[in-house]
Order: sequence, then structure tokens, then C-alpha cells
Amino acid sequence: MSWEDEWFSGENEEDLEVAASFRPVTGGAAAYFEEAQAGVIRFLVSQVAELVSADSTAADAGFDSGDLEAQLGLSSHVTLPDDPVLARLLPDGYSDDPEASAEFRRYTEESLRSAKVAAAQTVLSSLPPGGGQVRLSEPECQQWLKSLNDVRLALSVRLGITDENEDMSERLSAEDPRAAYVWVYQWLAYLQESLVEALS
Amino acid sequence: MGVAPVEVEQPTTGQDAALDAPWVTVVWNDPVNLMNYVTYVFQKVFGYPKAKAEKLMLDVHHKGRAVVSAGTREAMERDAETLHGYGLWATVSHES
Repeated sequence: MSWEDEWFSGENEEDLEVAASFRPVTGGAAAYFEEAQAGVIRFLVSQVAELVSADSTAADAGFDSGDLEAQLGLSSHVTLPDDPVLARLLPDGYSDDPEASAEFRRYTEESLRSAKVAAAQTVLSSLPPGGGQVRLSEPECQQWLKSLNDVRLALSVRLGITDENEDMSERLSAEDPRAAYVWVYQWLAYLQESLVEALS
Repeated sequence: MGVAPVEVEQPTTGQDAALDAPWVTVVWNDPVNLMNYVTYVFQKVFGYPKAKAEKLMLDVHHKGRAVVSAGTREAMERDAETLHGYGLWATVSHES
């Protein structure tokens, strides 16, 4: 995720002030999004999807490659990704056994990547770029939860969040390009929480 | 229609199953995952009643980790993969 992208200058913050939240409806949940809110979510969800699909075995192999591993859906990756965001999104399966972790990754990483991209695509296809009323079925809600969670995990790594009680806005100076994301991170937590509540 | 002799499989008790298959899935605390989301995921993935899911979530939160399921190694790897899909930090280990 690049902080240089000027998708969100502090000036737009007032557009986000009325925090969107989900409410339960028959068969799922619904929420109203302002255009700016939809833009923020779509931007971040796309970034995560791009990151997760970028160096997958399938992408490495290309379309016409006869790469057997890719065809079988096996990952050629056996170690934790170098990018700390990817490392958090695609964690090790064993905490104390590198060999077992490598094997676990070989058999699960590709499908985990695909599942994360699919969740992101559900969000992108159900949230119009211009915002508006969004009504989700229960399976779509599941995908939204996963995708919003992935975005928050990604943001937390980039923002260096290690303590849930720390007030990040105090640690980052106003000039820090990441400062605007602190607010977004908190808003997405509120949105995700409302979606869980709507389903409970 | 002839009746073939059937081997009746005795259901194992929870304790026996644990002795046979000392593998567990562990979920680790992190500062990102929301408490109500983690509870929801435990209910959804394992079919646990809300009270049990909440207790596990609080164990993760306060003790730093909790064993959320036990069974065969293969089943635990499936659980860990499912939990990774939800963004939870889960690992498989051999219960000692």
C-alpha cells in the first residue's frame, strides 16, 4: 500500500464525519455510504487485493505457463512473506516448526490468497463508486467482514499499531502522511463492528 | 435384499478423541481484531454457543492465546486455514 497516493487528503475528512454503519435487514445487512466513504473503502480494498495477488504463484506462472505447481494450486512459497503486511495476511501455520510451516504454506497459501481476493471483489462489486444504499446478503456480509478485517490488518501494520489502547493520533505528527489513516482505521473498526452486530 | 454385517463404529468421547489426537489450533492475541468479531468467528467456524465463543475470545484477549479446537492434525490445519481466511492469527501445535 502506498502512502504517496493522494486519495485522501485531510481536507476530505469532513465528508467522512457522518460515520456509516450497518443495520440488520431481512437476510443480511444494509448501510448507506457517502461517495467519499465508498471511495476510501474501494481504494483500500483494491490495494489489499493487489498486494495479495501480486506475487502469488499463479501470477508468477502467467497464463500460458505449464507450471505444475500453479496448476495444482500449490504455492511455491515456503517462508513468511518479506512484506510485513503480507506476512500478517498470510501468517505461518506453525509457531515453532519452520518445516511444518513451509508445508502448510505450500498447500494453503494460494487458496488463502484467492479467498482474500474474492472477498475484496465482493466488496468492490457491491459498493458503488459513487456511494449510496448498500444491501448485502448474509454470504456477502461474510465477505465484507473478511475484507474489512484484511484492510484493518494492513493499515495496522503500516501505522505500526501494536497496542490497542494507544492513541495513534498522538504519536503521529500532523505532517505524517499516515495521520489521516488513523481516523480511517478507527472508522473501519466501527463499521466492521456494526456489521458483526447486524448479523448477531 | 441381503443384510450385510455392519461394523458399528463406537463414537469416541471427547476425552478419548483428545488422547488419540493431541493436536490443537491456537489463536493468538493481536491489537487489531475486534472482540465482537473474534467471538462471531468462533461461533461461525466452530458452531460454538455464544457463551463459549466469548470465553475463548476473552482468553485470547487476556492470556495472549487460547486453544480453540482439538483433533487430528489435518483437521487442525483446516481450522487454522479457515481462521487465516478471517484474518485471525492461528497456528497448529502438538498439545503437550
